[in-house]
Amino acid sequence: MSTAPVKIPRWVDVGLIPVINIALAFLVSGVILFAIDVHPLEAVEIILYGAFGYDEALGYTLYYTTNFVFTGLAVAVAFHASLFNIGGEGQAYIGGLGVGLGILALDPYLPFIVILPLAILLSAAFGAAWAAIPAYLQAYRGSHIVITTIMFNFIAAALMVYLMVNVLIQPGSMSPESREFAEAGHLPFMHEVFGWFGVKVTPSPLNLSVVWAAICCLLVWVFIWHTRWGYEIRTVGANETAAVYAGIDPKKVIMLAMCVSGALAGFVGINEVMGVHHRLLLNFTAGYGFTGIAVALMGRNHPVGIVLASLLFGMLYQGGAELAFEEPKVTREMVVTIQGLVILFSGALAYMMKGPVERTYVRIVGMTQRPAAQEG
Amino acid sequence: MAEETHIAAGQAAAPAIKLRHINKAFGAVQANRDVCLTVVPGTIHGIIGENGAGKSTLMSILYGFYEADSGEILIGGKPTPIRTSRDAIDAGIGMVHQHFMLVDTMSVVENIMLGAESGAILTSSVAKARAELERLERDYNLDVDPDALAGELPVGQQQRVEILKALYRGADILILDEPTGVLTPQETDQLFRILDSLRKQGVTVVLITHKLREIMAITDHVSVMRGGEMVADRVTAATSKEELAELMVGRKVLLSVDKQAPRVGDTVLSVEDLTYVDRAGVARVDHVSFQVRAGEVVGIAGVSGNGQSELLELLSGIRPMTAGQVDVLGERFSAARPLDPAAMRALQVAHVPEDRLRMGLVRTFEAEESAILGYHRDPAYNRGLFMNGEAIRSDCAKKMADFDVRPQAPALKTANFSGGNQQKIVLARELSRGPRLLLVGQPTRGVDIGAIEFIHKNLIAMRDAGSAVLLVSVELEEIMSISDRILVMFEGRIVGEVPAAQADERLLGLMMANAATEEEALATHPGLPGAIAVEPE
Repeated sequence: MSTAPVKIPRWVDVGLIPVINIALAFLVSGVILFAIDVHPLEAVEIILYGAFGYDEALGYTLYYTTNFVFTGLAVAVAFHASLFNIGGEGQAYIGGLGVGLGILALDPYLPFIVILPLAILLSAAFGAAWAAIPAYLQAYRGSHIVITTIMFNFIAAALMVYLMVNVLIQPGSMSPESREFAEAGHLPFMHEVFGWFGVKVTPSPLNLSVVWAAICCLLVWVFIWHTRWGYEIRTVGANETAAVYAGIDPKKVIMLAMCVSGALAGFVGINEVMGVHHRLLLNFTAGYGFTGIAVALMGRNHPVGIVLASLLFGMLYQGGAELAFEEPKVTREMVVTIQGLVILFSGALAYMMKGPVERTYVRIVGMTQRPAAQEG
Repeated sequence: MAEETHIAAGQAAAPAIKLRHINKAFGAVQANRDVCLTVVPGTIHGIIGENGAGKSTLMSILYGFYEADSGEILIGGKPTPIRTSRDAIDAGIGMVHQHFMLVDTMSVVENIMLGAESGAILTSSVAKARAELERLERDYNLDVDPDALAGELPVGQQQRVEILKALYRGADILILDEPTGVLTPQETDQLFRILDSLRKQGVTVVLITHKLREIMAITDHVSVMRGGEMVADRVTAATSKEELAELMVGRKVLLSVDKQAPRVGDTVLSVEDLTYVDRAGVARVDHVSFQVRAGEVVGIAGVSGNGQSELLELLSGIRPMTAGQVDVLGERFSAARPLDPAAMRALQVAHVPEDRLRMGLVRTFEAEESAILGYHRDPAYNRGLFMNGEAIRSDCAKKMADFDVRPQAPALKTANFSGGNQQKIVLARELSRGPRLLLVGQPTRGVDIGAIEFIHKNLIAMRDAGSAVLLVSVELEEIMSISDRILVMFEGRIVGEVPAAQADERLLGLMMANAATEEEALATHPGLPGAIAVEPE
């Protein structure tokens, strides 16, 4: 016999609590801004306008959002198998390497329409391969995936530096960057796409990979909830003993989930390398992989939530930059602090408010309005 | 209370607990309706009822987890409002939950003082707790090593620690919620001896259970709940199992199972010298050999922990065997060619695991998802790359209707079903495919009496339809009423086989304790109601 809990409706968990967390982050940010004589509400206005107010701003916001969707989905897929993939950063980095190598090798010979699917495959394959090693170590050797994926971020960074400085650098160049890709290796910018239809849009880094990100959301949703592989991943994540009972091999599931996760992270390479920089370079992942952890936590590992959380972080990145530009008292570091607070409250402290909010909910409506869950 | 209480002694001293007209509703569900209860101090009072009858809700109100919508609680004759567990503890009420609340990595003494430390510096608290613990152990015959780690104690001892925890906090009223659900028969006996000595020391014990045998064995008074109401109070000595069962269910219950002689067919499962050695090098299953034929139920009796669980997991492919061979429906498996759960399902071998929550279900899944666990690769549930949601849902709805799962809600989370209904979901999944071999572990553990009857009937129906059934259970009554042949396991070995017709609790009990071989027991048995000399091991 168990006690009969009052059922907490889903909207409290997936809607109300994240909103409260963000509100808390903004409250603390507001206090900081107030302390340096910046009016918090004006700051909010600048952030919102800077993120959504005009087409170029929106372009930047959505460009950041695209990266967060990829890394957020990556963390979420692993999380459904109850694996904490901290290695999105490294997997994104190596995924980008795959894209770059492929395009550098192929762009003199093949048209864009052939290069694009190959680049997507390569980014997925490289990202997956980079995730597969920690996955193997976890599944078959018992090394904890959190530790190994963190280590693999460092290895990825070191490897990239070596490759960019010693192997892939454009001959005669001082900066560690590859040659620029030929036209066939450029993913069109959205302002170019709009241009084809005669719509004039201010240029921004937003490119076609935003469409791929949307498709990935759909694919992940189908994969996790509507295929037997997703079912197996969720079973292992929720109850490994039951999975073994059901004839599911947790080792294989760990490999599968991590490879899918790494592939998704690798798509950051499509956005950055093929979509924006059109060359291989250092540090194009810029922490997107780490922010993806907060995005997935906040989005409750569901594609819809991840899109919303990605938009929020996209807004903070773009609007925050704008705030630093507009308000001389707000330094770049201050903006990072605000972003950090949002990550702190919605990522690290995601469940801090869960208890109090649920208890309050129960107190207010639970006893009188909702029928109890089945007792017994 | 519908009728006047039979408890006359309660009027002499102030009752330890008196509940007056307790009402508690969860939304539309009236969990407790006008419940009255009087518990005489220094007695063991049983509260019996099916799952969902409202026993746990009532005790949760008494222990401060919920507040009643209306009604009054009197402790020792004084009206005592109980809003939190702290109020309950202050009023001298202690609760031992069905699932223990111990910190596995802490020692017994640390667990006992947890939350009741006397200061910030622990050394003096520990010394005080240790002295008090020793006194309690002496007074109540509760023998536990104070320095053992809680996680390393057997289940029965962990429960003692829970009882000691309550006593340490000054409880003179002890509520035990389904205390025997996790215990072996031996541990149950020990628990009852402990409860008896508590009673002698003047502690009032409230025992929540749905096992009639326990009520009859240990309680002084019994109250029966059904559908949220208190339907009867009886003095235990003046009632019978049959009457209580009828009161609980509201109709006559068949405590024994009607069945015809088995029509036995070919051998379906043949096990030879099956051995499993665990990591510590202990042979948990030791050269076990037996056969199960189509159309018969073979029961495996034994005190819990004598290798039955491992045997079931070996045969279902969850554990890899160390040595021996297993022939299932013409396929031969061995250590070199291990069994695996997916292959066994392909051979139409179904497995109802012992622990449904740990193994048989995924709590966070919707019921329809739990209802395909293990069969999720079946083409019937898939359409190409994708799972077929409608097929899964309609299949689950049909199973729920066939097996009377309540509520019939395929989209409800598995965790929100009661224990009996969760078990019915597992049974529906495993039985509805008409398996040729059915491996069943503890099919009625934590299940209410109405569901037990239903589950037993279904197992017999499987047998009559030609399935071979291997049943592992620690409930002797269950083994005896369902099985056609009974094998007894002791320390990993099969120590004897008894035809069900010749088995009784005494004989099986002696074999389970390895006090008699099959021949000795059978030879001495016919005339005996007195005395087999039981040699201590």
